[in-house]
Amino acid sequence: MNNTNIMIVGVGGQGTLLTSRILGDVALASEMDVKVSEVHGMSQRGGSVVTYVKMGEKIYSPVIEKNEADIILCFEKLEALRWIDYAKKDATIIINSQRIDPMPVIIGKAKYPEKIIEKIKANYKKVVDVPALDMAKKCGNIKTVNVVMIGVMAQCTEIEKEIWLKAIEKTVKPQFVDVNIKAFNLGYDFARDCFI
Amino acid sequence: MKKLMLGNEAIARGVYEAGVTVATAYPGTPSTEITENIAKYDEIYSEWAPNEKVALEVAIGASIGGARAVSAMKHVGLNVAADPLFTASYTGVNGGLVIFVADDPGMHSSQNEQDTRIIARGAKVPVIEPSDSQECKDFTKEAFRISEEYDAPVIVRLTTRVSHSQGTVELDDRENYELKPYVKNPAKYVMMPAMAKRRHVSVEERMAKLKEYSENSSLNRIEWGDKKIGVITSGIAYQYAREAFGDVSYLKLGMVYPLPEKLIKEFASQVETLYVIEELEPFIENQCRIMGLKVTGKDKLPVIGEYSAGLIKEKLLGETIEKLNDIQDEAPGRPPVLCAGCPHRATYYVLKKLKLTVSGDIGCYTLGALAPLESVDTTICMGASVGVAHGMEKARGKEQSKKTVAVIGDSTFIHSGITGLIDMVYNNSSGTVIILDNSITGMTGHQHNPTTGYNIKGEPAKQVDLIKLCQAVGVDRVKVCDPFNLKEFEQIVKEEVAADELSVIIAQRPCALLKHVKFGPVLTINQDKCTKCRMCMRLGCPAIVDRGDHIEINPTQCVGCDLCPKVCKFNAIEKAGGQNE
Repeated sequence: MNNTNIMIVGVGGQGTLLTSRILGDVALASEMDVKVSEVHGMSQRGGSVVTYVKMGEKIYSPVIEKNEADIILCFEKLEALRWIDYAKKDATIIINSQRIDPMPVIIGKAKYPEKIIEKIKANYKKVVDVPALDMAKKCGNIKTVNVVMIGVMAQCTEIEKEIWLKAIEKTVKPQFVDVNIKAFNLGYDFARDCFI
Repeated sequence: MKKLMLGNEAIARGVYEAGVTVATAYPGTPSTEITENIAKYDEIYSEWAPNEKVALEVAIGASIGGARAVSAMKHVGLNVAADPLFTASYTGVNGGLVIFVADDPGMHSSQNEQDTRIIARGAKVPVIEPSDSQECKDFTKEAFRISEEYDAPVIVRLTTRVSHSQGTVELDDRENYELKPYVKNPAKYVMMPAMAKRRHVSVEERMAKLKEYSENSSLNRIEWGDKKIGVITSGIAYQYAREAFGDVSYLKLGMVYPLPEKLIKEFASQVETLYVIEELEPFIENQCRIMGLKVTGKDKLPVIGEYSAGLIKEKLLGETIEKLNDIQDEAPGRPPVLCAGCPHRATYYVLKKLKLTVSGDIGCYTLGALAPLESVDTTICMGASVGVAHGMEKARGKEQSKKTVAVIGDSTFIHSGITGLIDMVYNNSSGTVIILDNSITGMTGHQHNPTTGYNIKGEPAKQVDLIKLCQAVGVDRVKVCDPFNLKEFEQIVKEEVAADELSVIIAQRPCALLKHVKFGPVLTINQDKCTKCRMCMRLGCPAIVDRGDHIEINPTQCVGCDLCPKVCKFNAIEKAGGQNE
């Protein structure tokens, strides 16, 4: 069996850590070997953050390298572009269409690249863009963007929906379980036809 | 039962299973979660100490008192704790004593890239190095057996990727460790020359015995594969090597000091080409070279930064990575920033406006060095802001102190800023120290400290009063101000910098990420009133964005902290309604 390599990329504070915890739990429940590599500390303060999740029969390095990712879950457009070199040729790239300007752009020292999603689509075949922020707003909590994205991703794996839901219940705080399940389902339904 | 655990969490589990009863630390990325997770076990007394030196001394005391004890810190924390470490190496232990030190190759969240193994060798303290979460737990338990059998403190060396990677861990029960009797023994525990001379002999004997242990220890193992290539490696580098080389032969070292020389020689003699793969310094490699072995290592691999399987393939196997696109190069950087609502933003806005030289320190507020605030002039180590500002005054005279401030967080001030302040008092400084009191240890993820009024478990604790503390050491001018009151804060800074006496300003405002901090509604820019003067842009707030033809506030980033309306002369920034937590 080949390994499945998943990257979660985004901006510090967007909930990449929680996402990797949920993914890790799902992998464990599927009885695979799993390693998850996270970023703590300084980058969590609005910097570019990346988390690697690797599952398979036996995992050594916790880190995913260039051209190795099967799935990249991007919580922000520019971060999708930054980490695109890590995608395999036939990788699935799921992009939240949200834009968060980095400080060099904010202060006018750099330009936020135009047409990011179009450019990625021109180079990679399996690209899904998701209005995850709007969907999270619909749930009533913009912090559920991450779980909307998990819902989308769940459609492109063979892991049963129940396992995902259980992992969410286990990982998020009890008072936020309902809103996160709602967010997951929104993402899951949105992506129903995306990966056929 | 199998569980997915961070390396740091697995260390905590190992500590629990080893029957440890005392744990003490000062937070520091990437080591913080070790102690945070230990604190979840009610069977273990745990505490945040004011700094790593105190933490290690408490652990030494607990060990002498007969308990199994631990202390955890980041690599630079070990510098602070180096003094007790070097002598605890002489005294040895009663209950087992294990010190967890997390290095940060690649400097994800650190000010230097030092290699703990070198300090440990200097202190003659054995070093164990796990490669994944399971080993974090297993090696911790073995470290206690070694500590007690060989009468030595033991360092478990971690790196960021081991500490912050999750892997599966098989859980066991807690060992029932009985407190050892405490027997007064000055020859062992009072390190004055006559006793220390004898103890040094014991240390050398112990290291010789540990070398023998290392030869046969299960911590070191050979994995035979194709013998054309042999790789000697340890820690996370083992994982990268396995991925890069596949089925060749490995000598995986779990004990990296002292090294098993016979085992290394035996391994080397059976392989055609010998590589040593280790991050940072050529610690194992140099030893191999001293032993006369022909190895390839740092001649091809860097001493700087993190390794990866890809890097090893590139440097040792000459494999390059095919580039699948040419769009990635367009991505501008995304450096970390002070959060929306951060109290430090207001402080730096004022300091930059007043064109002051700012002697900085370690914490979230180090980010005040980056554009557009660009306020911080120096950052050396924990507590250094105070001494550095004092030194600048002594070099350049009083005129310099009238345009210089030191900035230091509440936790950092307690850690090691207070001694610098005492130096300023004692040696007639006229400088100004600003304590950025945000009611928490911020960058490492919100740990309590002696100024917050709570202990590691969140229970109420005696609170160190910063005002009284500064007054007590002899600072007569102590001012307190919320930096969000921009005008008042600016006035106070001007006055105190100009004053001929030493002064402390306590800039008091809680971290915006604390749960109890609630702001008003999200703000918006009234484009009819905005003149595009860009004053608000000087705050460097991640929520305020220049769109070219207009400036706007990103409603998903704004927390409604109400700072930007205070710098807008045209009242163009208004409440938009709606709220972000």
